[in-house]
Amino acid sequence: MTENYMLSEARPEPRRRIETNIVLEAKGITKQFPGVLANDKVNFDLRKGEIHALLGENGAGKSTLMNLIYGLHRPDKGDVIVNGKTAAIHSPNDSISLGIGMVHQHFMLIPVFTVAENVMLGDETIKRGALDRNTVAAKINEISKQYGLDADPNALVGDLPVGLQQRVEIVKTLYRNAEIVILDEPTAVLTPQEAEDLFRIMRDLTARGVSIIFITHKLKEALAIADRITVMRAGRVINTVLPSETDSAQLANMMVGRQVILTVDKKDHEAKEAVLKVENLSVRDQRDLETVHHVSFFVRGGEVLGIAGVQGNGQTELSEALTGLRHPTGGKVFISGHDVTGKPPRVMTETGLAHIPEDRQRHGLVMSYSVADNMALCDYYHPPFSKRGVIQPKALDENARRLISAFDVRTPSPFVNAGKLSGGNQQKVIVARELSRSVKLVIANQPTRGLDVGSIEYIHSVIVKMRDNGAAVLLVSAELDEIMALSDRIAVMYRGQIVAMVETKKSTREQLGLWMAGAHVETA
Amino acid sequence: MDWRRFGVIALVIAILFGVVVLIGKNQTPPMVIITSMLATTIAVATPLTLGALSGIYCERAGVVNIGIEGMMLAAAFFGWLASIYMNSIFGFAPMPSLIVGVIAAVLSGALFALLHAALSITFKVDQIIGGTVINILAIGITGFLNRQLFFEEGSIFGGNVPHAPGILPSIRVPLLADVPTFGRMFDQQPITIAAIALVFITHYVLFYTRWGLRTRAVGEHPRAADTVGINVARMRYANVIIGGCMAGLGGAYFTLQSVPSFEPLMTNGRGFISLAAMIFGNWTPIGAWAASLVFGTAQAMQINLQFFRELILPEWAFLKNSYIVGLAPYILTMLILTGIIGKTTPPAADGVPYEK
Repeated sequence: MTENYMLSEARPEPRRRIETNIVLEAKGITKQFPGVLANDKVNFDLRKGEIHALLGENGAGKSTLMNLIYGLHRPDKGDVIVNGKTAAIHSPNDSISLGIGMVHQHFMLIPVFTVAENVMLGDETIKRGALDRNTVAAKINEISKQYGLDADPNALVGDLPVGLQQRVEIVKTLYRNAEIVILDEPTAVLTPQEAEDLFRIMRDLTARGVSIIFITHKLKEALAIADRITVMRAGRVINTVLPSETDSAQLANMMVGRQVILTVDKKDHEAKEAVLKVENLSVRDQRDLETVHHVSFFVRGGEVLGIAGVQGNGQTELSEALTGLRHPTGGKVFISGHDVTGKPPRVMTETGLAHIPEDRQRHGLVMSYSVADNMALCDYYHPPFSKRGVIQPKALDENARRLISAFDVRTPSPFVNAGKLSGGNQQKVIVARELSRSVKLVIANQPTRGLDVGSIEYIHSVIVKMRDNGAAVLLVSAELDEIMALSDRIAVMYRGQIVAMVETKKSTREQLGLWMAGAHVETA
Repeated sequence: MDWRRFGVIALVIAILFGVVVLIGKNQTPPMVIITSMLATTIAVATPLTLGALSGIYCERAGVVNIGIEGMMLAAAFFGWLASIYMNSIFGFAPMPSLIVGVIAAVLSGALFALLHAALSITFKVDQIIGGTVINILAIGITGFLNRQLFFEEGSIFGGNVPHAPGILPSIRVPLLADVPTFGRMFDQQPITIAAIALVFITHYVLFYTRWGLRTRAVGEHPRAADTVGINVARMRYANVIIGGCMAGLGGAYFTLQSVPSFEPLMTNGRGFISLAAMIFGNWTPIGAWAASLVFGTAQAMQINLQFFRELILPEWAFLKNSYIVGLAPYILTMLILTGIIGKTTPPAADGVPYEK
């Protein structure tokens, strides 16, 4: 065993406050799902007014534990104790009445309802048989003002940006007088600025006596905001630590169970001639608004160009236009000198493009196809996968087995549906398919979004390896850290234009952040 | 419902009215023709309106119901059967017999809806298949019982179809029905009046009450409803059964209000047309009613043109053939379903079983 931390239920940390301060305690929680022991004798406690981070990789059992506390599932064994009393939680109704609120990772909001309707759903105020929208709106305004949440009760939820939708979720819990709020991966969908706002709101809440369980897989966030951090791995609690007494490396060890390299190991590399050339490209989105305006840039073989920017500044449309998924309305795209402007994805693929799409479940995989079929999606029509128009299952199978071992995809077999794999392994299937071909250009859009530390580390190393082998890499990411760790040059997109282009070595985080926020500074 | 859609509806109705007025104007004053058309339109739109309301209750809660046709057919038969039993065998007066008939129709609609709910909510059968099962079952049961009870030697009614207790009498809306010419519109039979009332009741229930908010929530995002403590399956069951009651009342129209007899397959696709009305009305009760009136107008045109057969000009001779005019509702359905009149948005979780 190379594990630095033995699996143990005992917490070495001495209790520093008196027992009555504990508002919620989970004791010996065990939950078995078919084939997985999701929670194994888990102990966890939450003190009044603290932010307790629950840290772990995807599949570590964090969400399961919270769903058990919230009443969406029932534990096989163990007790949940709320305010000193053993609580029988059979459904969300029970947990809500105990003062527990939960903000789910995928928001539980109805886009066609107003904020007020979403907030009151399940706890409606009725006046003479009808919904009393005015009273609800007044209460929402009051909560909103009290905690600086800025939620308009009459706005349609579907029209709100993600950051505001999340606040509506928080209002929903406070409207039900929640004193314990569970936030499940709340920053996964937020821009860095929105995440900062969320942290401010979390601190406001705790200052007013609300206790928060903060589920995350991001070490930095746990260290930045939590009062205590509990790390889970493979269904067990590994340890509970204070942020002041630990660091990223130690936490990563506990999460993954082995040493993790947090910095990307990237040597200097000589860039060759341009592989991707974009001239004066303009693209419209599906609402027919021009979201990319006259963009020009190039990416050379053996370099990574990172496109930084807050989400929704044209990155999605740009990468769709470059991969053949969307027709540009103006300008030219060249791959290795071939004009591929507006060409279909197959032509792009055959010219040597590998695409790791933003939405891996919709554009990267056919979720109901097997891993083996997904791995052949780019070349199924060629020998050896097809002969005289007939698919060769044996060739698909061999290909899949080879890629599964080469790219370390954790799947029970090549015949399992892609939809059954974890997010990290789904991404590995895409990476394996795209990068196992002979590739001149890699376009990776948000390649590590929502993935665990181990998978991120792996995907990063693959991207660097492609660059070292001479491919041109265009990396689009909303994570500035990722951009700075991987890129040789960085382009900043703001409102559909590239407002800055710098060499990574000469750039600073602060300067990039300013450009991303729209401060126009002369290109360095 | 957007105004554009109402505009299209008004335009289609105006054109169809215009055709009849143009043909008949030399024999009958236009005002009389228009009033007669309006009265017929409102009456024949009844089963479509109720069918569309049935669809709205089911689909707003997230259950696709293409079994409305079957629910209506079964209700038409069992309502009629109940009224005959009450009248001929138990010797009740016609009026109480008809009322029992309506109740039986509503209950049989509810019973078939319960089957659909069990198939699609508890057993998570594909809802299109579940609806098809209802349709086939209704055709089979009504056809079989109709033969066995009435036309077979030695059957209960011994090969003689007994006299039905008649049809529901019309009710004059006080004051309004006394208005000259237009008063005719307010002289309608009870199921028609109930259908119109139900349109507005449903609108209120869906958009202004707790029940409606929760119904729409389970149809849009059942998991979100679940996380705030709403029992998704119970809400869906209840709404599908309410929808069945609507379809049942619509079925009663055929045998207890329109004509005092039952024929196999007599709903004749009305259940499907009402689904088109529901879609055209964008899953709103008032919109669906407006759309039902369009189909009703097409049918009213067919009925009213028969009075003016002799006046139709030779170059319009095709209008003399009532079968061709009778195609109008179906052609309208097809046009509407191709979406040429703008996009409609079904509830987001419509037709998707909820897996915890």
